[in-house]
This record gives sequence, C-alpha cells and structure tokens, in this order.
Amino acid sequence: MAAHVDPHGHPPPHGYGAAGVHVHEPHPAHQHHFETMEQQAEAATLGMWLFLATEVLFFGGLFTTYLIYRMWYPAAWSEGSLELDIVLGSVNTVVLITSSLTMALAVRAAQTGHQRPLIRNLILTIILGLVFLVIKFFEYKHKFDVGHVPGPNFHFEGAHAGQVELFITLYFAMTGLHALHMVIGFGIMSVILWMAMKQRFSPAWYTPVELAGLYWHFVDIVWIFLFPLLYLVDRAGHYA
Amino acid sequence: MSGHVAPKSLYFGIFGTLMLLTGLTIAAAFTPLGSFNFPVAISIAIAKATLVILFFMHVKYSSRLTKLTIVTALFFLGIMFALTLTDYASRGWYTNPRGSGPGNTVGPNLQSTSPK
Repeated sequence: MAAHVDPHGHPPPHGYGAAGVHVHEPHPAHQHHFETMEQQAEAATLGMWLFLATEVLFFGGLFTTYLIYRMWYPAAWSEGSLELDIVLGSVNTVVLITSSLTMALAVRAAQTGHQRPLIRNLILTIILGLVFLVIKFFEYKHKFDVGHVPGPNFHFEGAHAGQVELFITLYFAMTGLHALHMVIGFGIMSVILWMAMKQRFSPAWYTPVELAGLYWHFVDIVWIFLFPLLYLVDRAGHYA
Repeated sequence: MSGHVAPKSLYFGIFGTLMLLTGLTIAAAFTPLGSFNFPVAISIAIAKATLVILFFMHVKYSSRLTKLTIVTALFFLGIMFALTLTDYASRGWYTNPRGSGPGNTVGPNLQSTSPK
C-alpha cells in the first residue's frame, strides 16, 4: 500500500476500495469492516430495529396479560379505568406526541446539517419528556393518596375490588415500564445532545441521532396504545 | 450517509393528523358503541402507530430488510396474542355446560362480572 500514489493527491486508502478507484478520505466514524457509510448506516438501523423487535415482545407480554384479564373482568376494567384522570392522560398523550414531532425535526436537522435547530429540537424533546414524567408523578402520587396501590393496603370502594386491584397492578406495571423507558430515553438524549453540542454530527454521519429517534418514537407508540387501553376502557358507561 | 430527507411540512402534517386522531379516540370513547368501543379505540391506536412508524421513523423510505424485520416482530406479537387468547377465551367451553361459570374453578367467574 505504501507504493500506492493517488493521482488526486489523496492519502492512500486504508486497505479498502479497488486499487486505482478514486477513494475519498474515510469519515472518522467509518468502521473498516463496512464498504460504505450507507452500508454502515443501514446495518446500524437494522440492528436498532432488531432491538425494538425484542422490545415489542417485551411489552407484548404485558399487553397479553392485560387482554386476558380484560376479557375475564370487563366490569372491573370499567371501574378501574374510571378511576384514572382522563385529563392528565390526554395531556400526556399530546405532550408525548409533540415530543415525537420535535424528535423527528431534530433528526431532520441532523440530516440537513443545521446545527442550531438540531440542538433546539433535542432540548425541546427532553423538556417535553420531563413534562410527561412530572405529570405521571402526580398521577402516581394521587394513587398513593387514595390507597389505590396494589398490596396489603389496597383500598377500593366498589363491587369488584380484588379485580380492580388487578387492573391497577397492570396500570402500574405497564405505565411503570413505559416510564422507565422514558428515563432511559433521557440518558440517551442527554448523550446525543452533548455530542450535538460538540458538533459531532453532520449530514455525512448522524446515525446516533437517527437511532435515538427510533427509540424515542417507539416509546411514544407504546403510550399511543396504553392511553386508550388504560384511560378509555369504558367512558361511555356500558359496563359501569 | 444519504437518508431520505422529508419536508418539514410532512412532519407537521403527520403531527396534526395524530392530534386529530387523539381527539377522535377520546370522543369515540365517550360515545356509547357497546362492544364496538374497544375495536374502534384499537383501530385508531393502530392508525396512529402506523403513521409514526412510516413517517417519523422513516420506515416508508427504509430498506426491504428493515421492513421485513418490523413485519416479523408484529407477526410474532400476533402469534402471542392469538394463541394465548384462544386458550384463555375457550376455557370451560367443553367442561362446563354453561361456559365459564361458578362451577368452574379453572376459568373465571363470568357470571358476576357480565354486563347486565
């Protein structure tokens, strides 16, 4: 390789690319086992989706449990759902979908190399995520205040207290696992923001922003299903 | 890296549609549709998730391999739902003449929870 002389004055390639073919200076993020940056990005995206596939089945177990008990105890599901604050739940849905919009705009800013919109949208996404968790905290706090927490101190005035306790258990399990994903999302978004501030991203390489976006949108999708399944079971009063 | 760059207007359009669907699902929940409330709510949620996946997550512009991975994940999710629920839903069908009832210790006591 030392004898290789590039007619354009570029340094010799690092052992890839056909001899004599014009090869650009490799991007610092380019791993040597990938032919091109496109292939590398494609592999990273596929890997992220494989991870999300395991997440789908992870949450899927809880959704299956939910469906079984809802099928068995429709009246209790109606009673339990009416205990949840539909206003806070709706506001949180709007907040999370808005954070998905800012995340999508952040990825777009990274694609087009717009540094300031990238940082602005990342910060907005983090703030909206925080708003979601703060609202969730007050919802949880209310549950503790009125004794709607599964366990020996569970207290519920109604015909199917034991079955409602099952609903509340699933409410805490599903929203809790979702909230945990939000907290992990913060860690990821903080790193992405830090990297963005150090101007690590460019239209040539923004894979971490793209993958963080996929994660964030996945968490949003989980909530899109949790909202009607938990808050809107029987608002029309069919079973109540 | 040459990912497809969608116009900003597309993202705002998708966002507006998601907001409309959120309003629609709340309105539908308060409308007495009987046993149709649940399918309607789930259908709207699936529509919203599809929009997020196709446009916010760029799957519309992704490779076939990525699309296949997603469809496979959803297929296995479907298997989990279908096979588990056919089991739980059908318990007591042939062991108890009245279906899952007070005499059935395996299945749930549906008599006390059915809508009147």
